[in-house]
Amino acid sequence: MALENLIGIEELSAEDILTVLDTARTFREVLDRPIKKVPALRGITVCNAFYEASTRTRVSFELAEKRLSADTINFSVSGSSVSKGESLRDTIQNIEAMKVDVVVLRHWASGAPRFLARYVKARVVNAGDGQHEHPTQALLDLYTIREKKGRIAGLKVAIVGDIRHSRVARSNIWGLSKLGAEVRLVAPYTLLPVEIERMGARVVTDLEEGLRGVDVVYLLRLQLERQKGGFLPSLREYALTFGLDRHSARWASPDALIMHPGPMNRGVEIQPDIADGPHSVILEQVANGVAVRMAVLFLVSGGQPPEPISPVTPVLMAPHPAGR
Amino acid sequence: MTQTPEVAKLWGNAQTILLKGAHLIDPEAAIDGPHDVFLRRGKVEAIAPQIAREADLTVRLDGCVLAPGFGDMHVHLREPGDEDAETIESGTRAAAVGGFTRVACMPNTKPALDTGGMIEFVIQRANAAGHARVFPVGAATRGRAGEELTEMRELQLAGALAVSDDGNPVENSRVMRRVLEYARTWDLLVISHAEDRDLVGTGVMHEGYWSTVLGLTGVPAAAEGIAVARDVRLAELTGARLHIAHVSTREAVEILRAAKARGVPVTAETAPHYVALTDETIREYDSVFRVNPPLRGEEDRRAVIEGLRDGTLDAIATDHAPHTLVAKDAEFEAAPPGMIGLESALGVALEVLHHREGVPLTRIVDALAAAPARILGWGGGRLRLGEDADLTAFDPQAAWTIDPEAFVSRSRNCPFRGWRVRGRARMVVAGGRLTHEEGVEFAPSERLLAQVV
Repeated sequence: MALENLIGIEELSAEDILTVLDTARTFREVLDRPIKKVPALRGITVCNAFYEASTRTRVSFELAEKRLSADTINFSVSGSSVSKGESLRDTIQNIEAMKVDVVVLRHWASGAPRFLARYVKARVVNAGDGQHEHPTQALLDLYTIREKKGRIAGLKVAIVGDIRHSRVARSNIWGLSKLGAEVRLVAPYTLLPVEIERMGARVVTDLEEGLRGVDVVYLLRLQLERQKGGFLPSLREYALTFGLDRHSARWASPDALIMHPGPMNRGVEIQPDIADGPHSVILEQVANGVAVRMAVLFLVSGGQPPEPISPVTPVLMAPHPAGR
Repeated sequence: MTQTPEVAKLWGNAQTILLKGAHLIDPEAAIDGPHDVFLRRGKVEAIAPQIAREADLTVRLDGCVLAPGFGDMHVHLREPGDEDAETIESGTRAAAVGGFTRVACMPNTKPALDTGGMIEFVIQRANAAGHARVFPVGAATRGRAGEELTEMRELQLAGALAVSDDGNPVENSRVMRRVLEYARTWDLLVISHAEDRDLVGTGVMHEGYWSTVLGLTGVPAAAEGIAVARDVRLAELTGARLHIAHVSTREAVEILRAAKARGVPVTAETAPHYVALTDETIREYDSVFRVNPPLRGEEDRRAVIEGLRDGTLDAIATDHAPHTLVAKDAEFEAAPPGMIGLESALGVALEVLHHREGVPLTRIVDALAAAPARILGWGGGRLRLGEDADLTAFDPQAAWTIDPEAFVSRSRNCPFRGWRVRGRARMVVAGGRLTHEEGVEFAPSERLLAQVV
């Protein structure tokens, strides 16, 4: 598999996805060692360019980079957005001129990574672009599901929440359907984008029907601004009709996983006792995120994925990308 | 000038000119066959299947269709205010290359064309450049803000034939009613940029499967349908002449078809990009495809084609909207909407409508020449004996590849880069003057040659 840039799950094949997950498994083991480091990306420079505020994703990427022995530089543009693309292009080209190998980009504009990839030789990893995709999130979610359930194909997954504005939802719909899961989208019509069924998911506007018998309940964070934007009358009504609490959680199958990309709005889309309960794998998602991001960075830097069945962790060393 | 100085001198000095061998299509005269045209001192003197007269200059138009001069009733010339993108000079030159003898330019310049002085300025600039006649459209409300009426009579006296807030709809229905009533007083056409701004919201492309996949906020077709329905109702209420700009949806075409059947005096136009492109082209987030109204779904594109075929959409108008490279070099949702169109219109229209969809050339010539003339009343639109020659000769079979780098427009934001199309303007005569020619044989008489050399 030649993974040049990671822009979205849409253009990956099922095989590509499994390669990332298998690679992530070898790196997951590293994270439990006393010395949590491999030299795989030594000499590679990664720039984390975050045009949208994010603590957890940035920290996750930074940790992944450091665990791989890469050199990292960060910059973030917080507050109100830069209004013209030339700033993005100029800034990144300037950074690239200093021989940066990989750019991890989070940006408020859908399509920004694709726009950027046209101008830079560095590899581009999408850390979330507008409402379009958040591929590493979906990959760590798929990894988590596969580790807990042993498979993806044939599972029933319900994604509940603001699908309309969610890049996490779109990436997960692509990933889950490519790997053979049955995806249900549960939300009021105001939070559903048009023709989303064509992406390969079923729409259900009733929470009980949506959760019945599912193996995974994936909750999306409800932005508090949605009420102001006129999409919902109140967070209270959303919590009562689409929130996961011990009552609605029982509609799912008894050993269903409870997942959330974070950060949670406790009391809105999920009640605290469910978030902290025995079926919640939310913290494991976070831990797996570092391993998955290590895998992605390794693969885009030209690293060879491991042989499919290997009990011993190979020593992984990424060659420098061609031409540098 | 887009012709060689030699040819310009020949044309300028010739008293009599014979245009020979063309297939003449003049929809309003019901002419559709081989015809020669004889000009004396720039005016049309004879039109007949075979003219055997001597002339100072004979122009061989074999293989060409000769038509009344094309007119583009919707262009943005950007002057004053945005001369980096286009000027009246460069824009009208692009018009001539594209086959147009007349253009109507929209008032969303900086400052807006909302006073007599601004209208006069544009006309003077256009006349000085001499590539095409420009008919400025005056603003309908002051500053195009949708609140107070402009002094339409003053705009009319300065030369405006129509008013519009184009770029903006007139959102308030009461104000739109007043616009229509007041315009009716002076028999001015009202051109409406019909969209419901509240439904548009922050939308940047058509709302459908692709906006969902791409994660971009969409504009539902209903935003256009609702606005067109409202404007049509108000036109019925007030009796004013209404023209709907840049129709892009099936909904709007259906509403217009029904309104015309009821006898409402409403006309409409669409642009070549709605006939040729859909929202799927936005997959790569290339901002060249961002336009307002947006590129729609396939079902809308087909409805627009059928609307042109049956005349529900009277005219083809490019909505030529130049933007600098810098402005368009941005993320999709940060880039300004708009595409240039003057130099690609004929090629794209003929390729898609005629060659691929079988729309007859008479309808296309009507949409490009006769219909705009009927709607705006700017003269031309058909050949008339004794009038200044206003003609477009084009080769419907000439194959070429669209290359914006070769355009004479200042801007390059063309969505048809690399398209191979059949149909190209060969000679354009505006008001008796030759404004463009390419690959046409000019045969001067001995006398003219001696005079000019």
